[in-house]
Amino acid sequence: MSVLLIAEHNNKEVKPFTYNAINAASQIDQDLHVLVIGYNSDEVAKSISQVPNVKKVIQIDNEIYANYIAENYTTAIIKQADNYSHIVCSANTFGKNLMPRVAALLDTSQVSDIIKVISSDTFLRPIYAGNAFATVKSNDPKKCVTIRPTSFDPAPSTGGSAEIVKADAADKTETTQFVKREEIKSDRPELGTARVVVSGGRGMQSGENFKLIQQVADKLNAAIGASRAAVDAGYITNDHQVGQTGKVVVPDLYIAVGISGAIQHLAGMKESKVIVAINKDGEAPIFSVADYGLEADLFEALPQFLSELNKLNTIQK
Amino acid sequence: MKILVAVKRVIDYNVQIRVKEDGSGVVTDNVKMSTNPPDDNAVEEAVKIKEAGKATEIVAITVGEEKAQETVRKALAVGADRGIHVKVDGIIEPLAVSKILQKIVDKEKPDLVFMGKQAIDDDCNQTGQMLAALLNWPQATFASKIEVKERSLEVTREVDEGLETIEVNVPAIVTCDLRLNEPRYASLPNIMKAKKKPIEQINASDLGVDTNPRIEQIKVEEPPKRKAGIKVANVEELVQKLKNEAKVI
Repeated sequence: MSVLLIAEHNNKEVKPFTYNAINAASQIDQDLHVLVIGYNSDEVAKSISQVPNVKKVIQIDNEIYANYIAENYTTAIIKQADNYSHIVCSANTFGKNLMPRVAALLDTSQVSDIIKVISSDTFLRPIYAGNAFATVKSNDPKKCVTIRPTSFDPAPSTGGSAEIVKADAADKTETTQFVKREEIKSDRPELGTARVVVSGGRGMQSGENFKLIQQVADKLNAAIGASRAAVDAGYITNDHQVGQTGKVVVPDLYIAVGISGAIQHLAGMKESKVIVAINKDGEAPIFSVADYGLEADLFEALPQFLSELNKLNTIQK
Repeated sequence: MKILVAVKRVIDYNVQIRVKEDGSGVVTDNVKMSTNPPDDNAVEEAVKIKEAGKATEIVAITVGEEKAQETVRKALAVGADRGIHVKVDGIIEPLAVSKILQKIVDKEKPDLVFMGKQAIDDDCNQTGQMLAALLNWPQATFASKIEVKERSLEVTREVDEGLETIEVNVPAIVTCDLRLNEPRYASLPNIMKAKKKPIEQINASDLGVDTNPRIEQIKVEEPPKRKAGIKVANVEELVQKLKNEAKVI
């Protein structure tokens, strides 16, 4: 039994969630190999070879992989698949796009978004926006599994020295072309891995008012999140959305401001260690998951919150 | 162009889920059911493309038990031309659904297949990508904008880092994000008219697809509940609690 993990990277750096996925994958089986598909991706392969959990790195380097196209990745993975009992990657937009395409070609019923490895064929996964947990056992000879990265700690990034072997590229798809990628650059911590997240909802009333969130986030070195309502209303871009169809976050501190707390939003944040809710509607469902609830007008509370933070001698970063 | 749109019947997104005491699943008896929300976006987009004169026919399809037909009827009421209901009872996994859809695509020969990016019941996010693989068609997942060109689509996709744009040749599969459009409501006259539109019924067993689950659901349980928290009186107290009690700032 061997596990093949598909690394997520941008040809220069390993994406942080790959380390969480490595940890989860090595819980399925110790014989973990990582596949790096990319172009000029030597640094990525080298970084991954230093993860102690990794036994071997397989690198496929070709210019057809300069951009991530699921069709091209899939054919490359299928060429390697014979040697493995499990094929694994993160359940983020990278893995969600990719893994079902691989699974269908292997005639495997994929297990999506696992939060716990119970045994090599049995996993725990949330369903219905996390309102139920299902224990599922895959009976396929080859298993395709995606991992909810925030449910696993990242594997250590140094101390190992796995061998790196090169493998050949597969055929290039002619039917899908990469056009462009608009990444929102920010100096803030990444939403998925931030220690503190401050999120705004429909109650923010405008994009302009998100400045209040930014000021608090700056002070706490926090990432900025949002409810779907705030993104739909155009207050903030889609990469900030937390929830069932957005990102799942598990920070030490989650501050929900002007967010009522629909089931779909709770799905993305209710595993956070400490939850604060600031909302003027005392009946808002967000208070049912909040450790500390403040029933107040956010336009008064946020400036006060900032000034109270300013009074503190030290703030954890 | 001909567009096939796949819709799924799920527990309504507003319903608070209850887990069955015997751990066999969630309660679905006497629970409000609706079309999976992003599937509504898929139907809407197809209708908009047809209204723009770029599609000639929209066929709505669902796979599921008898009542799943309601979702096709709803699609017909907002503008789909005819429907297909592939009947199958019990749990059906995305792999089996995609194999059924493959059979229907072989027969109907659409240029595009649209569906929601994920169903809000099993949260699998698989069917579109699997169908694309089985047909060896390009896939554009998590679409928030679609531009129809001569024999291709330019699709903006919502990804973790922001937005990505790809161009896929037709035929193609598109899975739709909630922000793709604003689904319309069916008007009463259109609901009446939809009752006269044809829905073809096919038994999954007649398609020669093995629909037996490959994944055993061992048990379904409630997630651990969060301990009830407290309300604080003011911002000062909140900051003190976070600093001295929770020790997170």
